[in-house]
Amino acid sequence: MSLSSASRSATPVRGVFPLGLLLSAVSALMFLQSFATMAATAQARVSEFKLDNGMQVIVVPDTRAPVVTHMVWYKVGAADEPHGSSGIAHFLEHLMFKSTEKIAIGEFSKIVARLGGQDNAFTSNDCTAYFQRIAKDRLPQVMEMEADRMINLKLTDKEVLTERDVILEERRSRIENSPAAILDEQMSASLYQNHPYHIPVIGWMHEMAKLSQADALAFYKKYYAPNNAILVVAGDVTAEGVKALAEATYGKIKSNPAVGAPRVRPSEPEARAPRRVDLRDQRAGRTTLSRHYIAPSYTTAAPGEAEALDLLLKIMGGGTTGRLYKKLVVADAVASSAGGYYSGSNMDSGKIGLSAVIADDSTIEKTEAAMDAVIAELKATPVSAEELERAKKAYIAEYIYESDNQSTLARRYGWGVVAGSTIAKIDAWPQEIAKVTAEQIRAAAVKYFELKNSVTGTLAPLPLEAAATPATQKQ
Amino acid sequence: MLSVISSSHTRMLGFVSTVLAPALLALCATTFATAAHAMKIQDITTPAGIKAWLVEEHSVPLMAMRFSFKGGNAQDGDGKEGIAHFLTGMMDEGAGDLDSLAFQNRMEELAMRMSFEDGRDNLYGSFETLSENRAESQKLLKLVINKPRFDADAHERVRAQLLSGLAAAARNPDAVANDKWLANAFPGHPYGRPATGSIASMKTILPADLETYRRNVFVKSSLRLVVVGDITAAEAAALIDDVFGALPVVGKLTPVAAVQPKPVEKMQVIEMPVPQSVARFGLGAMGRKDKDFMAAFVLNHIIGGGGFSSRLMEEVREKRGLAYSVSSYIQPFDATSLFGGGVATKNEQMAQSLAIIRAELKRMADEGPTQSELDGAKSNLTGSFALRFDTNSKIATQLLYFLAEDLGIDYVDRRNAEIDAISLDDIKKVAKRLLVVDDLFVTVVGKPVGLPPKG
Repeated sequence: MSLSSASRSATPVRGVFPLGLLLSAVSALMFLQSFATMAATAQARVSEFKLDNGMQVIVVPDTRAPVVTHMVWYKVGAADEPHGSSGIAHFLEHLMFKSTEKIAIGEFSKIVARLGGQDNAFTSNDCTAYFQRIAKDRLPQVMEMEADRMINLKLTDKEVLTERDVILEERRSRIENSPAAILDEQMSASLYQNHPYHIPVIGWMHEMAKLSQADALAFYKKYYAPNNAILVVAGDVTAEGVKALAEATYGKIKSNPAVGAPRVRPSEPEARAPRRVDLRDQRAGRTTLSRHYIAPSYTTAAPGEAEALDLLLKIMGGGTTGRLYKKLVVADAVASSAGGYYSGSNMDSGKIGLSAVIADDSTIEKTEAAMDAVIAELKATPVSAEELERAKKAYIAEYIYESDNQSTLARRYGWGVVAGSTIAKIDAWPQEIAKVTAEQIRAAAVKYFELKNSVTGTLAPLPLEAAATPATQKQ
Repeated sequence: MLSVISSSHTRMLGFVSTVLAPALLALCATTFATAAHAMKIQDITTPAGIKAWLVEEHSVPLMAMRFSFKGGNAQDGDGKEGIAHFLTGMMDEGAGDLDSLAFQNRMEELAMRMSFEDGRDNLYGSFETLSENRAESQKLLKLVINKPRFDADAHERVRAQLLSGLAAAARNPDAVANDKWLANAFPGHPYGRPATGSIASMKTILPADLETYRRNVFVKSSLRLVVVGDITAAEAAALIDDVFGALPVVGKLTPVAAVQPKPVEKMQVIEMPVPQSVARFGLGAMGRKDKDFMAAFVLNHIIGGGGFSSRLMEEVREKRGLAYSVSSYIQPFDATSLFGGGVATKNEQMAQSLAIIRAELKRMADEGPTQSELDGAKSNLTGSFALRFDTNSKIATQLLYFLAEDLGIDYVDRRNAEIDAISLDDIKKVAKRLLVVDDLFVTVVGKPVGLPPKG
């Protein structure tokens, strides 16, 4: 059994239902010999085209059920926010559900619901996405509504202030009530010294509390335009059908010549020293150790490097068969669980995350030493052929399992393209993975397990104060 | 947190049209008739006499299986709380001649997915494999079902993980609220016990306890099975017999007494140093076989089960900005049924939020929903039903729920018609019956200002 001890950085969503797994990379087909046939069967036949106004369109057919997933991805996220207005991208995402000339206040989701659909939205560092899942014959209506709010959003002060209270409660739920989330936020703030990835997507509390209608509308006008958006439709549709519908809806919107310039954010300086964040909180139930390293993302990596990192972290941190678990939990018994991941889907930078829950009779120091020993070995000796083969097989399998789910496919392509990749590159990923050698993985370990590019975080309990007075603690 | 509770109502209720279809072992099949697509449910009986539902879907080279045995964590026993949960954590820790690491390496090589989950009344299993590896994955599953190893070293490792999880949960306001709310509702009853056990009980559970539990629960008479994907009826039958055929027919379950919530406290406050209080609230509800259940289900959708369209969302979040999440659910168990809900808001606003929720429930009991609310809920529930059947995994999970609840193979066909048949009068009567607001029992975790009320 493996229990994950560290959560990846949360992507705030409007709704109360978390989206679950966000794709950690542009996973796609790969051609390992024994899987070639299956993989070919499972590969989605994806079409791609552009409307006259510059809006990109991606169509992923899946005819098994008469259902579609409709998504619009804006190429703007938290890392594009004006300095001092952290959280505005996510706040605007919430406000997009208010009203337009055609849609009365708060009616957007209710109309979708009456059509038998489900809708929601999410915001990340690099993008903001809106989606509906609905019967295919209702697709024209949701496209019309989504196109309408791309340019016709209306806001009132009262709605804006009420919704601001909602996002403050969202922050309390996601971050303030959870010491593990606070530590994660502190670690990101420390890992990135200059790049806006150091600011939480949901925003800092004190800045969120001051966000205004003017801030939201300025951000909306600046970034929401068809030539800054990607439409992804997956499900029981054809490219021709989607094209006709898209031209009749999104196609009517004028492009905005002011958007679409390359997205250049402040970059990181050379790192000089490893950082350390130690959080002691009476609400922490156990002691944990995490370490994050800056790494390239799929967008910024040299050819083959991101793929090598994916395989490295699978071999090192993937569940109970990973090196970390085998050494820290099984062999040395210094941790009760341990693992790691590589996150390569952001535009400007990727991240390696390692974590462990300290065993009762162990210490942070012992556990950290064991973690460092695992890293040292990966730097010194290439992984075994069996490990490499297993890791590659695991990826192809994930790819095939993903093809069972049209929403997952819509996200695979949307997430990749919004971060600067292309359909061709996403579909060519398998060949790249297949080429990775044990020596390349060792080289990636040497290059990216560089302590000065890292932050180490620890969380440990403080005793609860005697605040819980017996008079009110009725159990 | 809330989404976990809410997810229970997402695997519920369905529609279909009955069609007899020939299949090797299938006697009867049902066709899920939506616009362009037909999902044919085959009712198969294997040569060994095991029944299952099968949906063939050959376009993607994988299959999903879901199964359940009667006897979830309500069978844990006093002082041994958490056995079922412990067992679910041990099922990939070795079987047959494969120890923990050998087993897990093999699972990874095969890219086989397998997991177990303990419900209150059932133990659930999930198995997925790529077509190419099906034969080998099947061997592994067969070992797990028939010869799991509860090796001492693996047992201690998993125990340490579960204890560490409990230590974290003890200071997590959502987890504490869930446990305390149920404990308050069902004092002395298995449903009131913590599903994940206690630190004390987890320390006493031995490998032999897990084996006893397994022998009592893993039996053919209560096995429910759904297979979906790239597999024929003959292949599915062979797989099922191979994996489950050698299990004993009957086991040993402790009867779970029928019960209604008897809360010790109407307003329970557990202090915890968090900026945002978390509340759980609820009432006893009608069971799955009650004539009013379907109306109660629709009523709940209107109250707090329908996401952004629900009344609690409208009143608490949209109008007043008091919370990010507020929702409700109705959940039948074998021996009881609950209407429950949750809200999280800063400490200063909890009293006000609960007052609004209470007032809305009262208003719903007195006046019922509007015709427009009822129409909206119906069109959402019936129109979105197909969204639960667009992946193999979702189909399998959904159908297993129908099977476990004995709803019948035609339920997928009947379900939308049953919802459409509910009138405004029906739902008003059910609202009065269900929403006895004076009985509402609430658990709040945090430092809520003004709660519990003084005097």
